[in-house]
Amino acid sequence: MEGNIAELGQYIGAGLACIGMGGAGIGVGTVAGNFLAGALRNPSAAAGQTATLFIGIAFAEALGIFSFLVALLLMFAV
Amino acid sequence: MATEEAGNGFNIHPMDQFEIKSLFGGGPIEWYSFTNATLWMGFAILAVVLLLVVGTRKRAIVPSRSQSVAEMMYGFIHKMIEDVAGKEGLKFFPYIFTLFIFILVSNFLGLLPTSFTTTSHIAVTAMLAMAVFVAVTVLGFYKNGMKFLGLFWVSSAPLALRPILAVIELISYFVRPVSHSIRLAGNVMAGHAVIKVFAGFAGALGVWAALPILSITAVYGLEVLVAGIQAYVFTILTCVYLNDALHPSH
Amino acid sequence: MADTSHGAAPGAESAPGMPQLDFSTFPNQIFWLVVTLVILYLILSRVALPRIATVLAERQGAIQRDLDKAEELKRTAQDAEDAYNKALADARSQASEIVAEAKADIQKDLDKAIAKADAEIAAKAAESEKAIQAIRDSAAKSVAEVAQTATADIVNAVMPNAADAKSIKAAVTARLKG
Repeated sequence: MEGNIAELGQYIGAGLACIGMGGAGIGVGTVAGNFLAGALRNPSAAAGQTATLFIGIAFAEALGIFSFLVALLLMFAV
Repeated sequence: MATEEAGNGFNIHPMDQFEIKSLFGGGPIEWYSFTNATLWMGFAILAVVLLLVVGTRKRAIVPSRSQSVAEMMYGFIHKMIEDVAGKEGLKFFPYIFTLFIFILVSNFLGLLPTSFTTTSHIAVTAMLAMAVFVAVTVLGFYKNGMKFLGLFWVSSAPLALRPILAVIELISYFVRPVSHSIRLAGNVMAGHAVIKVFAGFAGALGVWAALPILSITAVYGLEVLVAGIQAYVFTILTCVYLNDALHPSH
Repeated sequence: MADTSHGAAPGAESAPGMPQLDFSTFPNQIFWLVVTLVILYLILSRVALPRIATVLAERQGAIQRDLDKAEELKRTAQDAEDAYNKALADARSQASEIVAEAKADIQKDLDKAIAKADAEIAAKAAESEKAIQAIRDSAAKSVAEVAQTATADIVNAVMPNAADAKSIKAAVTARLKG
């Protein structure tokens, strides 16, 4: 297969962008884990904070979605 | 590109499912064309009518199944707005409920095989998010006048840091609609693309197709969860932004 | 890259770019989205949400009403029980009163009857006493007479004209008193 240096760059870039998703995974895990730790320490307060939990997860996850989007853009749109 | 290169091996088109096609007559898509997106938005309306209008038509004191689902959603969103944005936020209850029910029903309809997911398109989610953003910004200035700018002036921080924080707050304020829309579209699109990719593997693997099919089942379950959670997240973020507009004191 | 130009041309079979970034479809989607949202908003705000709100309010009202009714019924039952208990207590005290009264009446009657009977008995006893006395007197008199006659006869037989009737009587009477 004859090389196409731009395509090579696209694929490598897309793969690198996927590392960002790992970061999002760490972030979501941190949020959920800390929530659980707090909830186990004070279970009566946990029910009122689930909304905050989901907001936190959503913010952390959005960044992973951004990196996923970058990967998609590199694969299909550039 | 990718698919052309793969050629004879894996021939996967994970993005084809998101294509918008004119259903009648073909040809270029004008703004008024009846497309598959239109069709599935229509199905969303139909589903909402079935659930919330036909389902509650008996107005029973002891609710039927569909009526209790409708009541549960009503109570859920009502409580969410009251908790997050306060009593004044309840004025916007019908609008927020419209957003929630549209996103929820579209997400779930999109999970039907061979259907089309309207919420996977940035055009749709960006429109939803921009509507929220513009409405909240206008409402903030209308309700609080120039005091709304206090949202960016963190009075609890040391004075020297405040301008820097103001810039950061301003940027994050304008990033809101972007993340708000891309979060929804990205989540939905990612799940569907992953399912499609696994489905492509299954087509190429013969007997070993059982493995990707199992993965598809698992991912599908996750997607059902994501469909609900993203509708919830979109709605609760709307409430959070609404709360900022109603009570901008930092 | 090269295929953006391909993707832009509709009809090129399955344009490999992202359909989400095909800006030619944006006006269409946005238009239909606005239409959908407006329809949904109208349906929800005019029909569905007020209906659910009324149903919820009605249910709340019905539950409240039922609770009130239950409370009232409970109070009524409580009242009825109190009344019952009171009536029972009244009846009981009345009954004991009646019993006491009856007892007193009976006692009175009994006393009267006993008194009457005592009086009668006393009267009868006195009468009997008198009768016995009379009988005794008459018996004593007869005994005296018999004794005098017998004495006179004996005296006349033993010694005729020895004594008169008067002295015989005195002697017999003195002997009888003896």
